[in-house]
Amino acid sequence: MSTLIPLYIIVPLGTAFITVFFAKWLPGLGKYLINLALLFLTGLTIYLVIHEPQTMIYRVGGFTDVANIPIAIFLMIDGLTKILLLIISLVGLFVAFYSIKYTKQYTCEGNFYTLFGLMLAGMYGVVIAGDIFNLYVFLEIASISSYALVAFGIEKQQLEATFKYQILGGVSSLIILTGIGFLYWATGTLNMPDIATQLPKHDTFNIFVSVLLISGFGLKAAMFPFHSWLPDAHSSAPSPISAMLSGVLIKAIGIYVIIRLFFNVFSLSYEIAMTITVLGTLSMIIGVLLAVGQWDFKRLLAYHSISQMGYVFLGIGIGMLILSTGGDGKIAALSILGGLFHLMNHSIFKALLFLNAGSVEYRTGTRNLRKMGGLASRMPITSATSFIASMSISGIPPFNGFFSKIIIIIAAIQARYYLLSFFAVIVSIITLASFSKVLKYAFAGKTHEKHNEIKEVPVSMSISMTALALLCLLMSLLIIPSIREVFLTPAINVLLETSQYSVSAIGI
Amino acid sequence: MILFFLCFILFMVGLYGIIMQRNLIKIIIGLAIMEYSVLFFLILIGYIDSATAPIISESFEEALFVDPLPQAMVLTAIVIGLATKALMLSVAIRLYKEYGTFDIRKMNTLKG
Amino acid sequence: MSNDNQTPEGMTIVVKKICQFMAPTIFLFGIYITVHGHLTPGGGFTGGVIMASAFILQILSYGSFLDKLQQEKWHLELTESLALLCFLMLAVLGLLLATTSVFFGNFLHRGSFGELISGGIIPIGNIFVGIEVCAAISSIFVALLIFKDKEA
Repeated sequence: MSTLIPLYIIVPLGTAFITVFFAKWLPGLGKYLINLALLFLTGLTIYLVIHEPQTMIYRVGGFTDVANIPIAIFLMIDGLTKILLLIISLVGLFVAFYSIKYTKQYTCEGNFYTLFGLMLAGMYGVVIAGDIFNLYVFLEIASISSYALVAFGIEKQQLEATFKYQILGGVSSLIILTGIGFLYWATGTLNMPDIATQLPKHDTFNIFVSVLLISGFGLKAAMFPFHSWLPDAHSSAPSPISAMLSGVLIKAIGIYVIIRLFFNVFSLSYEIAMTITVLGTLSMIIGVLLAVGQWDFKRLLAYHSISQMGYVFLGIGIGMLILSTGGDGKIAALSILGGLFHLMNHSIFKALLFLNAGSVEYRTGTRNLRKMGGLASRMPITSATSFIASMSISGIPPFNGFFSKIIIIIAAIQARYYLLSFFAVIVSIITLASFSKVLKYAFAGKTHEKHNEIKEVPVSMSISMTALALLCLLMSLLIIPSIREVFLTPAINVLLETSQYSVSAIGI
Repeated sequence: MILFFLCFILFMVGLYGIIMQRNLIKIIIGLAIMEYSVLFFLILIGYIDSATAPIISESFEEALFVDPLPQAMVLTAIVIGLATKALMLSVAIRLYKEYGTFDIRKMNTLKG
Repeated sequence: MSNDNQTPEGMTIVVKKICQFMAPTIFLFGIYITVHGHLTPGGGFTGGVIMASAFILQILSYGSFLDKLQQEKWHLELTESLALLCFLMLAVLGLLLATTSVFFGNFLHRGSFGELISGGIIPIGNIFVGIEVCAAISSIFVALLIFKDKEA
């Protein structure tokens, strides 16, 4: 079955190039091709999740290991990878379907789908790469296409946001490259399972490289002190792209890499775990405090992304703290479960919220909450789905956000981090307040006179939103033990048995 | 060792350019300088004093040659840098068209 | 650059004549670097950049019309995506063929070491990358030039 792994790179890249090639003769080809490609990849991912429980390894070019030294470029799929593949495919599919109508307003529709395909290829590549330099290359493919996509509408705001994003993204890439250089210097290899076995045990070096890598990937993931580009870039981009950036990109090229590196490649250390937990808590609190005062719909959502990413870091960080101090493995498992579950949930409901904001902007032409009002009677589907998503992000049962948040809070209490669990509850309440503001100003109340004529958005857009809203409900089912074993437990096991990563790959 | 130190200075020069300059083009140049310092660093990792280039020839078995892997990495990083900078410059030109200036202090539509 | 004259202005006759001599040489050197990529330092990217520099030299010295540039850009984009598709196909062919059945598998005969025709698919891949890079860099240049001309 591992022969299928390269398809995750071949299919999106092929789609992108074919779209450019036929752009002049068949201008509408790209949008349907990318939907088909994502449908295929979603099916493939679900198949792999259900039928292939072990770690799969693929050696590109067919080079076999020489005396246990891996020579080939590795592509690896394990439990943690699978949940990332799942959210990239699912969110990508619905966003691509939503874009069919949305991109009609742009002159170069074909280029949109080319860049979209390249971004997908980059994200899939980051997630399945087992080699740190290839990870960097795929990360850059994803980043560069996302820079271009943020500026796709060529408006003043978008250009400014993209410039800021590019400069900060460029600096973070260089920091990551320096970190990779140091890793290669110390170990003489670029293969991540091999680095894990070769890495010297002196702490100062490990901490120095860890700091470089945390700042680099933290910037990509918009962790607290590095968050300033996110609200600009995510709010200015075209709405489907905002949904991709907030829903998937910061997870695939930020959080995933941090989790992978500091659980499986570096040996667990208390200092790193503490850093991740503290930065996660700070981004959780500061993100939500900055979000409360916003009146721009998408900017508000972007600040909430920072805050919700804080929850993920909090869950992962507490698990790491417990593991590194040799505490109870069960609590660590619970905490990591919460973090990963929240990662999946956030990608679904944040993508949905950005698509809602896009629909509102598509019909009313404004993002300012003060200029909306009473849209519930005019756009029933948008309003209903955004109600579901808002309840989900604020942690109201029975939607998925509730379960992941409650798991993180319970784990924090069990691990005796009472202050952190208190903060998590408070932030959740402020989130609820902030989203009741959105619902009140945008959808409830009297219809603005200007907006008496508007209709519901086109069918393809409303189908995507409805599907994501249904997923918000269905994802709650992942908490049922028998379903959890299929999706989340393999991912947690990858993180709990940290040395298993190199054992399964190169047998050391 | 002194070369590594010079690399670090070059990195700081680039960072200074990014942080202190107000002109879009100069910021891009700062980023480019920073990138070159990282590339130098990667080359230095693979460098061995008085070694030959890693080309296979007759005297290949005896010869001491430098590590070719960082050089491959540097080539890839150069390609990536090319793409980044081309995109950045085109954005800078577009911004110049919108605002009529390269000064970032005049570009302030995004706030908060 | 874009005037009502029949020929674009360009630079002086000295520059034009020297470019006339230099550009083919540079282009040939780029091809040399590309096809020897598996034997000597260099390869697809380096050779492609050199080839593109010959192209850019021509445009700079002779000048060009806006509409011609636009057509040129479209051709370059076509070449670029075709070369990329060919490169991807080459990699996928390794996956499909039974002899290797692995992504980027080297399904061709390796040949003897040190000869120009050796190394299986690596020189072929280098050639595709060379074409792609040449087209890509030229099209970046042409795109920026079109942008500048539209301004004027």
